[in-house]
Amino acid sequence: MTDGHKPAPFASPYGIETLAIHAGASPDPTTGARNVPIYQTNAYVFDDVDHAASLFNLQTFGYIYSRLTNPTVSALEEKVATLEGGRGAVAAATGHAAQLLAMYTLMEPGANFVASRNLYGGSLTQFAHTFKKFGWHVRFVDPADPENFRAAIDGDTKAVFLELLANPGGIVVDLEPVAAIAHEAGVPLIVDNTMATPYLCRPFEWGADIVIHSMTKFLGGHGAAMGGVVVESGAFDWAQNDRFPGMTTPDPAYHGLTFYETFGDFGFSTKAKAVALRDLGPTLAPMNAFLITTGIESLPVRMDRHVQNAQAVAEYLAAHPAVAWVSYAGLKSSPHHKLARRYLPKGPGSVFTFGVKGGYAAGTRLVEGVELFSHLANIGDTRSLIIHPASTTHRQLSDDERLAAGAGPDVIRLSIGLETIDDIIADLDQALSHAMAKAAE
Amino acid sequence: MEPLYYPDGLIRRILRDTDTIAMVGASTNWNRPSYFAMKYLQEKGYRVIPVNPRAAGEELLGETVVASLSEIDGPVDMVDIFQRSDRVPPVVDEAIAIGARCVWMQLTVRHDEAAKKAEAAGLTVIMDRCPKIEFGRLSGELGWSGINTGIITSRRNRRIRA
Repeated sequence: MTDGHKPAPFASPYGIETLAIHAGASPDPTTGARNVPIYQTNAYVFDDVDHAASLFNLQTFGYIYSRLTNPTVSALEEKVATLEGGRGAVAAATGHAAQLLAMYTLMEPGANFVASRNLYGGSLTQFAHTFKKFGWHVRFVDPADPENFRAAIDGDTKAVFLELLANPGGIVVDLEPVAAIAHEAGVPLIVDNTMATPYLCRPFEWGADIVIHSMTKFLGGHGAAMGGVVVESGAFDWAQNDRFPGMTTPDPAYHGLTFYETFGDFGFSTKAKAVALRDLGPTLAPMNAFLITTGIESLPVRMDRHVQNAQAVAEYLAAHPAVAWVSYAGLKSSPHHKLARRYLPKGPGSVFTFGVKGGYAAGTRLVEGVELFSHLANIGDTRSLIIHPASTTHRQLSDDERLAAGAGPDVIRLSIGLETIDDIIADLDQALSHAMAKAAE
Repeated sequence: MEPLYYPDGLIRRILRDTDTIAMVGASTNWNRPSYFAMKYLQEKGYRVIPVNPRAAGEELLGETVVASLSEIDGPVDMVDIFQRSDRVPPVVDEAIAIGARCVWMQLTVRHDEAAKKAEAAGLTVIMDRCPKIEFGRLSGELGWSGINTGIITSRRNRRIRA
């Protein structure tokens, strides 16, 4: 295996703390406003008819209509593209919408993509059931052995998809060999980097071609705004084979424009915006873009504390008599510890799972016994969150699918927040005592 | 091939000091990349003279297409090449002959030998880049499309041309 760890194609010489604050966010050219203004407008006036035509033809840069582009949103897009070391980005209303935009740009009816089976439950459902109505077929594989991806790729495969740090937690996928397998087949590797964020891992450094985020989670970081984003590395050659006619042949949805030839290394994000976002319409609201941009400014500081707190909670749980197992890649006992050290040297995130002794009933008692933790379906908040995936996020799956996704009946998922660590642990301690006492009754 | 690196300062200086661009391989078809670049550069105040023997004499965005660089009257600052890489050398020879100051080869266009020859004749050479994209990037306009411009600044004015 070669060491593919190298700077991302568009890596900045600036440090990530600087980029989190400044990338995409230079002063407003019109007013000099230092913070990114919220451009709360639906549309933008044209200078004249010729200017309008140039904009509609994508011949000049500029704004037409906020379903397509908005200055507050594009500032955020550039920020995330820069943090990932990528070429360009397109934001969407949610992470799910971002996945739809990416796949709409890649797929054709009858085509397939190969995905890790260790994904957020909502993604499993979107891929397996909802995408099927577009004629797109997903093939789930166990990511533990990279060769499983190779075996599932065929002539109609358009992409490989995985979560590096997989939700609901504790699993790290060996990115580099999967990237090599995807590239041998001439298809891009898409990585959902929501759980790690570009502060903990930049998948482009390991060969990924497209990165997707639910910015609702750690990027926004405050549980205050929904958002998603697709980032392209700029390094994938769409013309190397005939798998991507939507990129390399004249597009009837855009008057015969050939996106890869015209926009080169940002052809994918341009097409995702000019066609998928235009015609499907899941636009990110400027207000949400502003809230997420503000959240990202403190991403490095927050992530350091998130992983520090998560490590402490994982160690506490691992020593607790009511806990059957803990799946956190930061624990030396984790089978994913070695991969975490390689891909996530600053720490493997703050979302992980553990099993309570007493199965489904003990799990539900635990989530009902917390006071400080919030029992809800989200991750990546300043607040510590708890959920029982089998009865919530992964409820739509079959028993087998739940087990395969790491969401069995006894599994509890935590998203460790930024509260005082002693308070976080004290709350879990009292809730575990409560669950055990009930079990003893 | 060695990766190409051009400092932002160099690109900015070329774009600032250029007035007239001869675009070799300019297409009269509106959805071709060269048409996009020509229209944008005109909007930014450059005079762009289209060069294309197959369309010689035709009107394109207010300019008359010429068949070759040698047919252009008056000074040419930049020769912008929209041609396959293997067709670059004779264009570079002509660019040197007409006294152009810069040879700019478009995205995916690269010819190291021809570049060396042009540089030896005192021309500045840029390869595998697009002047439209670089203008947009350095002026901040490219960021309007969510593209990573690589620009980190707390200054407001990023105007390239006066």
